[in-house]
Amino acid sequence: MCLAIPGKVVRWIDSDPLLGVAEVEFGGVTRRCLMACVPEASEGDYVVVHAGVAIAIVDAEEAARVLAELASLPEKVEWLERDEEETQ
Amino acid sequence: MKFLDEYRDPVAARRLLAEIRRAARRPWTLMEVCGGQTHSLLRHGIDVELAGVVDLIHGPGCPVCVSPLESIDFARELSLREGVLLASFGDMLRVPGSRGSLLEARAVGGRVKPVYSPMDAVDLARRNPDLQVVFFAVGFETTTPTTALAVRQAKALGLRNFSLLVAHVRVLPAMEALVESADCRVQGFLAAGHVCAVTGCKEYAPFVERYRLPVVVTGFEPVDLLQGILQCVRLLESGRPEVVNCYRRTARDAGNPTAQRLVGEVFEVCDRPWRGLGMIPRGGLKLRPEFQQFDAEVRFCGATVPAIEDHECHSGAVLAGRIKPKACPSFGTSCTPDRPLGAPMVSSEGACAAYYRYAGANHLSG
Repeated sequence: MCLAIPGKVVRWIDSDPLLGVAEVEFGGVTRRCLMACVPEASEGDYVVVHAGVAIAIVDAEEAARVLAELASLPEKVEWLERDEEETQ
Repeated sequence: MKFLDEYRDPVAARRLLAEIRRAARRPWTLMEVCGGQTHSLLRHGIDVELAGVVDLIHGPGCPVCVSPLESIDFARELSLREGVLLASFGDMLRVPGSRGSLLEARAVGGRVKPVYSPMDAVDLARRNPDLQVVFFAVGFETTTPTTALAVRQAKALGLRNFSLLVAHVRVLPAMEALVESADCRVQGFLAAGHVCAVTGCKEYAPFVERYRLPVVVTGFEPVDLLQGILQCVRLLESGRPEVVNCYRRTARDAGNPTAQRLVGEVFEVCDRPWRGLGMIPRGGLKLRPEFQQFDAEVRFCGATVPAIEDHECHSGAVLAGRIKPKACPSFGTSCTPDRPLGAPMVSSEGACAAYYRYAGANHLSG
């Protein structure tokens, strides 16, 4: 039920505060989504959509920072060795 | 898809698994609050990968599962009334009430329609002026802005044939109730990222202060979940009960103030019974008096027949994290997704359905 999917705002259709609608693209599929909760979203932004309503704008800088942190983790899979020690 | 596929990268997942095993010097017991997270953990075999390192207890974050039987029975009764159309999310229609599910009501003449969004129910009311459309509104804080928007739209359109059977719930009071229970084993929480996208992460600070348990705001993809688990283990290992946001790309500290304002205009906090957990103080939302004309319980006379719980179904213990689904004697025998005894076997977020679908799966090691 809390499933929400990120999509790209392609085009604002109506900027009414309550009934605001934009076209949002999800991996090639475009849907109309309600934008009342993210009126500040711009075309090109990614928004997280739940039950047809955009509830958050994706922070691309934060996403990049997290991916950089991930890339800095050691590649060596040490726990496999620890497993072997434990079973000996 | 961007902001999704990167968080399903098996190489990153392997690195995180290694880090978790390195960081954990003793086994820890964590609870992932949201049922969407439970399904992702099971689907990717993360619970199996971390066996003996981190025990994951599955939280009650399945709105369909915690909706009270009385509400389901009332919804069913409404759907059978002349001139009423009952709409809700697909999962909700399959949950057994004490006198059958809403889909079963449809089989005996009930007017029942699955919708993708509450807005679709408003549209149904607009297109069917001769019918009273009742939307059975379930969901956590992620969904409440959507329902609030539907109510505001119905009001703006002057619809007199649209109402809500409200079963909206709030996560934090349920976490408090779980921690207060005598047999709670949870040492740290993975909080539901999309709830926090709306409410913000700050509201967990008093909870952490009071119970001295770490809360890590976590996303839903395997890499998100592993990052959340790693952060929680690190906090536990260093004895730091803190709130940490590991889902910063979507959840801000303050959440979404526009959505919060919208919800606050339409709903107010109330005590609400949760199936399996009992009455939770401040555990739900109800319509504000100025929106009472949209309250189905006011418009139609409420249910008076007491609901009957199925004793073969141990979903209460599953929802409270006291047992895992496979410990229920009915699991996979008298209770399957095709013939569910309880809601957790129905829902795409229910823990029992997750075990039924994915137990034994281990995609990360493949």
